[in-house]
Amino acid sequence: MMENVKIRIKDLNLYFGKQHILKNINVEIPEKKITVIMGPSGCGKTTLMKSLNRLTDLNPDARLSGSIFIDGEDILHTSEDITKIRKMMGLLAQRPYPLPMNIYNNIAYGLRISGRKNKRFLDRRIEHYLRQVNLWDEVKDRLRDPAGALSIGQQQRLCLARGLAVDPEIILADEPTSALDPISSQTIEEKFLELKSNYTIVLVTHILRQAKRIADHVVFMYLGEVVEQGTAREIFENPREDKTKSYLKGLFY
Amino acid sequence: MSKVSLTRAVRFKRIQVSRHLRDKMNSAWMLFTMVIVVVMPLILLIGLYLKSAMLLNQHSIFHLLFSKEWKPLSGEFGFFPFIVSSVWVTVVALLISAPVCLLTSIHLTQYAKKWVLSIMHPVIDMLAGIPSVIFGVWGILVIVPAIGNYVAPFFGKTVSGYSILAGAIVLSIMIIPFILNILIEIFKTIPVELSEASLSLGASKWQTIKFVLVKKAFPGIVSAFGLGMSRAFGETIAVLMVVGNVTQIPTGVFQPGYPLPALIANNYGEMLSVPLYDSALMLAALILFVVVLVFNFASRLLIVRYERHF
Repeated sequence: MMENVKIRIKDLNLYFGKQHILKNINVEIPEKKITVIMGPSGCGKTTLMKSLNRLTDLNPDARLSGSIFIDGEDILHTSEDITKIRKMMGLLAQRPYPLPMNIYNNIAYGLRISGRKNKRFLDRRIEHYLRQVNLWDEVKDRLRDPAGALSIGQQQRLCLARGLAVDPEIILADEPTSALDPISSQTIEEKFLELKSNYTIVLVTHILRQAKRIADHVVFMYLGEVVEQGTAREIFENPREDKTKSYLKGLFY
Repeated sequence: MSKVSLTRAVRFKRIQVSRHLRDKMNSAWMLFTMVIVVVMPLILLIGLYLKSAMLLNQHSIFHLLFSKEWKPLSGEFGFFPFIVSSVWVTVVALLISAPVCLLTSIHLTQYAKKWVLSIMHPVIDMLAGIPSVIFGVWGILVIVPAIGNYVAPFFGKTVSGYSILAGAIVLSIMIIPFILNILIEIFKTIPVELSEASLSLGASKWQTIKFVLVKKAFPGIVSAFGLGMSRAFGETIAVLMVVGNVTQIPTGVFQPGYPLPALIANNYGEMLSVPLYDSALMLAALILFVVVLVFNFASRLLIVRYERHF
């Protein structure tokens, strides 16, 4: 059906205690495209995204069944080290959460964790990734300042740079612009459009216009179920399901 | 009609006045009670200073703090043995409780299932509420003989068991629930998204805890131990019961010591016929007060500086 499928979610069910959060999810996410997961709040889109890099493991009450194949390997039932799987996916959260360190170390952290400790190598990479998110000129003179001192928009770009620095293949973004001003949001969106030539991007959003601006592929969720999925053109111009239609008309959020 | 409404207006006015008066009085009372809370420590400090001034007029504070001679009958009041004992007991107690508190709080907040924490919380609160004299008795019955019969002989020492170590163990059991409660609250306030950020960069759970969570919580950890320390430094009865109360400078954990609070509690009201003795005890209290104040202040200062840094 689709040419290069990067992530294939098959019969995924997730429970928090007795609550059935994700119901029989079957989704395919194409490689090097922007896939937008949208839907009203509480529909499970964030949870679906977090199960992709198994951050759901952090909740001791969560139970998962089904499969998530990434490049053909089922990451829910694998002997592979979970840290390697997570490293493959950069995460951008709703609000920036800079690590409690200075700007330099925020990016160096992931590299050091994976064993890259050479000072000159770190310097070069950090400049490279800060340039990539258009942050270098703003922070080059204060790399040793605490990351928390940056503005929210700058922090979010720092978090993106931090995620890119560990060389992921996939970027998971959970409403990454919801706490940002319009200009910073635009920077992030433009960055995504640039990055999709090298990365598979999964973006969770409830901003319809944002989805229309940058999506290649759309997954529409409602109450823990996938209602409809397809290319952006199919979904936005010719939705099949009634729920999708009314959501696109703005009848519910 | 006008007469009726007039009396009504007057009565209304009267009620208004009394209400306003009561309102004012009430807020005045509240202000007064608040002032008491603020001024009380200050009055205490001044009182202790005035009482100990008599001794301070005769000897320099430096001499009193660092002299080893404690001979009240010949007018020698050297506090050094007591200060050293207090420091020994406090530091050893903190060395015992620090790893226990840190690891327990990390386990409870990061690894354990939720129901474990919900069971542990009341248990910890209960431990914190046990009267200290009970810990003292337990120390005499269990810790002191254990040290005298097993621990000290293991290290080749023959001692009674009434020692710095006994005091420190009892003290650490007493401050663990206190520190633990603060640490759990601190770790609980760290947003889970911070862990998620670290994990998604390929860090293991332990790396996340070590490099991110502990670092984030660092000011809180320092303040928790600072508060625990000032509490340990001032704890009296339980320590007094097991520490031996021998006036000497202890040079090891198996030796008996005589911490400052024990000195005050043991002697106040007993030997006050000796000239300057009560002044000396008040000075001991003053030292205690100032040290606890400095501990608290220093840990808070550290927090402020650290927060400015990150």
